[in-house]
Amino acid sequence: MAEALRYDPLGPSGTWHRQRARLLVYGLLTLFALYYLLPLVVVILNSFRDLPDISRAGLIGLPSSFSLSYWPIAWSKFCVGGTCAGIAPFFFNSVAMAVPATIISTAIGAVNGYVLSKWRFPGSELLFGFMTLGVFMPGQMVLLPWAVVLGWLKLTNTTAGLVLIHCVQGLSFTTLFCRNYYVNIPDDLIKAARIDGAGFWRIFRKIVLPLSPPILIVTVIWQFTNIWNEFLFAVIFSSGTHQPITAALIALSAGGTSVHQYNVESAAVLIAAAPPLLIYLFGGRYFLRGLTQGALK
Amino acid sequence: MASLTLRDLNKTFGSVEVLRGINLEVDAGEFVVLVGPSGCGKSTLLAMIAGLESVTSGEIAIAGRLVNNVPPKDRDIAMVFQSYALYPTMTVRGNITFGMESRGVPKKEQAAALARVAALLQIEKLLNRKPGQLSGGQRQRVAMGRALVRDPALFLFDEPLSNLDAKLRVEMRTEIKKLHQRLAKTTVYVTHDQVEAMTLASRIAVMHQGRVQQFAVPRMVYDRPANMFVAGFMGSPSMNFVPAEVVADEGRPAIAIAGANGPAVVLPLPEPTPNSLGDRGRRVVLGVRPEHLTRYDRRLREDKPHLATLEAPVEVVEPTGAETMAVVRLGEREVIARFEADAAPVVGERVTLALDMARACLFDAETEALI
Repeated sequence: MAEALRYDPLGPSGTWHRQRARLLVYGLLTLFALYYLLPLVVVILNSFRDLPDISRAGLIGLPSSFSLSYWPIAWSKFCVGGTCAGIAPFFFNSVAMAVPATIISTAIGAVNGYVLSKWRFPGSELLFGFMTLGVFMPGQMVLLPWAVVLGWLKLTNTTAGLVLIHCVQGLSFTTLFCRNYYVNIPDDLIKAARIDGAGFWRIFRKIVLPLSPPILIVTVIWQFTNIWNEFLFAVIFSSGTHQPITAALIALSAGGTSVHQYNVESAAVLIAAAPPLLIYLFGGRYFLRGLTQGALK
Repeated sequence: MASLTLRDLNKTFGSVEVLRGINLEVDAGEFVVLVGPSGCGKSTLLAMIAGLESVTSGEIAIAGRLVNNVPPKDRDIAMVFQSYALYPTMTVRGNITFGMESRGVPKKEQAAALARVAALLQIEKLLNRKPGQLSGGQRQRVAMGRALVRDPALFLFDEPLSNLDAKLRVEMRTEIKKLHQRLAKTTVYVTHDQVEAMTLASRIAVMHQGRVQQFAVPRMVYDRPANMFVAGFMGSPSMNFVPAEVVADEGRPAIAIAGANGPAVVLPLPEPTPNSLGDRGRRVVLGVRPEHLTRYDRRLREDKPHLATLEAPVEVVEPTGAETMAVVRLGEREVIARFEADAAPVVGERVTLALDMARACLFDAETEALI
């Protein structure tokens, strides 16, 4: 009886059928995993190969040499656009941009979401609708307005300018995430707290925020990854030593010698990709849980 | 002085009238129950008293002070929610002291108040637990603790027992009653359960379609319901309604109802009859509670002088253990009569019923108001 109740979508009947179906599914999954991982593997391998090896066997070839020296070169010695300090300064530019922008946009998104879900006012739904429009707005559309605004604020080619852009551009997402999460917090909690004498901020701090970690983790991962990886604004609104790492990578591969240093460039690319990857590795669990778990008990 | 006064209170949501002309005066120490079917406006009324809903027109005064525009936290009230609304990330201790914390009560007083309430509700052992680790009944206690710790002018309860299973609900009901007897705090309690209303209330306000239909002590609401809605809503099984006509029986006032399948049955009315009874031929509705319609027995006459008798066939028999309910046919109507378990009828039996006319109600057939 219990056996019959156990539903297995992969097994029509019989052990052999089940085994075969499982084999097929796992085979396909492995194939696709390989397909997506292969570029990463190639880049990782290239970051340890010497140049003659790469030119002899090609970019996608099995390595016949191994050296750890290209990573330090990429980090602190390689010449980008005239200066030879590696990509480290640009890496820190990106940190100085992504960390504040993530924190500020998440914090404002949380307060926005709190207001739009728990302190509704006439027109708040409409306002929310407009805010979410930003989710669908392509970045190219706002390039010119931002150029003008940065000019007014005298923030052209500064990290602060990019922080501002990413805060504003990210608000649609952070507000959407938080608002849709907070909608599931029972209104009675807020009412009870109001009768208990708590005000707007006290309710936010003591009741809403302690319930927020799942959605805040999602929002932080989402924002950090997007801001770190963002390329369009970075390359347009910054130049020279102010560039974030995504923009600097282009300068790195375009400038300098005529011979491509594939090994150093590979190491640089991997360094640039490391922070979002690490964040996802450590926070991915919470990310998926936060995205799928809307309600709280 | 009245603890709570509602004067000509109205509430509309857009074009929908939710409450119409509510007037209530709750005396200090009273336990007033707002009861009615879902959608009658009782919860909205409570939310307005709490300050969680705005007032469209009219006045709310708590302890003599007009509070229409006073925020909830300054109304000197405490509220228990249907969902308990316990703060999920705080311990029981944190839940109970949150209000005092918000109001800046000194730690020492907080501890004393917490100890008092925890002892009162016997939740001392739960203080360090989170709401998620509590059973339904325990959550209910904590929710009450959070309200009791305040010592407010007015307690508000919004269907606090409806999330509990039947057995626990009865226990907690008794507990709430005990608490009120001990503390004698003015309370407004919302429920859709007429048994809760009857057992707990010092006065009941029966609500329907945004109006208070009757505001009176439970006995009065039960025995002399103001109209057919109140009569039908209060009591289970509910009151039987039989269409009737005012007639004269040998010169005395009486009513006639359609017989089982024959001539009309004439039921003499106890005298003096109400002045509003009206003339012969007036169409009325006879309301009889099941317990006032039972198997005729000569001994009943001794303490019930206004007994009328009639015969009716039994169609369904429903034993409940302590008593047996039976559906009998009266003219074209089915009515429910109550029998002692050892005098239960059988299906198909033509039973002679005794109807206690002293306890019966007459309603106007048009207005449905009590005559």
